[in-house]
Amino acid sequence: MSAPGVAPRRVLAWSAPVLAALIVLPFLVPAWQTVLLSYGLVFAIAALGFNLLLGYTGLLSFGHSAYFGAGAYAVAFIVKYAGLESMEVFLLGGVVVSGIVAALFGVLCVRYTRIFFGILTMALSQVLWSLAYKFFWVTGGSDGLRVPTPTLLGGLVRMGADKQDFLSGPYYFYVLAVFVIAVAVMWVIVHSPFGKALQAIRDNETRAEFVGVQVWHYRWVAFVISGIFTGLAGALWVPLNGLTTPDILHWTFSGKIVFFTVLGGFQTFFGPVIGAVIYNYLENWAVGYTVYWQMVLGVVLVVLVLALPAGIVGTVKRMSVRAAKAA
Amino acid sequence: MSVDILKTTQLSKSFGDTHAVDHVDFSVSAGEVLALIGSNGAGKTTLINLISGLIPPDSGRVDFQGSDITHASIHRKIQLGIARSFQLVNLFDQLTVRDNVTLAIFSREGRTRRFFSVADADTAVRDEAAVVLKEFGLDGRAGAPAGGLSQGERKLLDVAVAYALRPKLLFLDEPTSGVSTREKAPIMDIITQVVRSGGITAVIVEHDMDVVFTYCPRIVAMHQGSILADGTPDQIRNNAQVTANMLGTQSG
Repeated sequence: MSAPGVAPRRVLAWSAPVLAALIVLPFLVPAWQTVLLSYGLVFAIAALGFNLLLGYTGLLSFGHSAYFGAGAYAVAFIVKYAGLESMEVFLLGGVVVSGIVAALFGVLCVRYTRIFFGILTMALSQVLWSLAYKFFWVTGGSDGLRVPTPTLLGGLVRMGADKQDFLSGPYYFYVLAVFVIAVAVMWVIVHSPFGKALQAIRDNETRAEFVGVQVWHYRWVAFVISGIFTGLAGALWVPLNGLTTPDILHWTFSGKIVFFTVLGGFQTFFGPVIGAVIYNYLENWAVGYTVYWQMVLGVVLVVLVLALPAGIVGTVKRMSVRAAKAA
Repeated sequence: MSVDILKTTQLSKSFGDTHAVDHVDFSVSAGEVLALIGSNGAGKTTLINLISGLIPPDSGRVDFQGSDITHASIHRKIQLGIARSFQLVNLFDQLTVRDNVTLAIFSREGRTRRFFSVADADTAVRDEAAVVLKEFGLDGRAGAPAGGLSQGERKLLDVAVAYALRPKLLFLDEPTSGVSTREKAPIMDIITQVVRSGGITAVIVEHDMDVVFTYCPRIVAMHQGSILADGTPDQIRNNAQVTANMLGTQSG
């Protein structure tokens, strides 16, 4: 019902055709469209991680740019200081570094809830942002750090003559594979006894404590898992962008992740995923359409909150439940 | 004589100038079903909060099965076998009725840390939850969200969640408050039946004297933070102090 969660068979029934479409799509649409979709899938992984905290643990983070940025900068540092170009090393680096940052920040943040949690996560992410700006000899400052196109699968797949072909071909499928694994892993996590304990904390902290759930500890673990997923997304994002700059550490990027999730619906498992992909198209369209694109997105957000408080997926779900009852 | 499963010694808690619990010596024998009565503000709920760990005492000591648990964490107390329900029902409203109970089972088995197995796939836990729900007459509502239950059903589920922890000592804070008079007896029937068959020691805080006199062989009366009387229903009924302070306006 209203609890996030869906039966496995039903999920497979509609996710299989969606996956098939995602596999076929690059052969049907122009390369730039495929690259655009790759961005959407990467953001979807970040939103998936973010929503473990918001939808399942009841904690609204305004600082998830920190973990996305930690993943991205980890990749840039691997290139700069170790000279490696393997995507697998990038992912490992992104996961480890974002995990460490989330573990440290989490210790401070999970002692608080509601607005205090939100402000603290935001403040900590702004610290990273200012570090990335000021320590320009390490981070490249506002110029950022360049990241070359990586090799995939331990060097088996390398870029050919054209970067666009690589990004819309092998790299797209690489992102898709990581996306599918991330979705599957997160699905199991939220349906595990641990995931149920998080939802219990969200619903009623005191009672959760009296069922034997150590609330702080579980919040912290959820925080770290959430950070790792977002960091993984950051590491996947860098090769698409070719460059990492302090922008992705800024709190406005955290705001975008919140936007993805609210747009799709945080009370559903797939809401944030759909929201991230749609937001990515929406922003791309708005940027090309008008210089006032931020205003367009602002209006969308206002309309959304007023008209579809449950988000896109949440609303569709409610309508289908109502239709099923009427039938 | 049976042994004391729980014993408090000079347990005290003040809120400002109010002595909510004032040097209370209170003991519970293993296996008994005991009622804690008293008017509003007598300190019943505070006493339970102190023992179960929701709030720390100012002074005094709590022993459970012979060991000092005064400052043990809530988690530790649950592991030792102390569980409780709440006066204002405390449930996981967005989870299903079944999941409210399975969570307690997973927690009891120390498995809530597992994040890489699907909870619903564990048939042993599901079956146990089904048995618990049946005992409480909630089997028909297993798939509904807990937030959608009636007040009486919520009261029962609140106790069922605590019961699924398989406690040795169970505190029930007003299990029949907020439900209609007609629902009270069935709820108490179920609770006392489950508690007795499980060999669980139970301390029931209750306002309704009819409920108390019917279901509890031992009654402890509190007044202004202290214990006023302790005895069988007949002794309590005929106790002048209790009558003056609590039962005065009631038929008894």
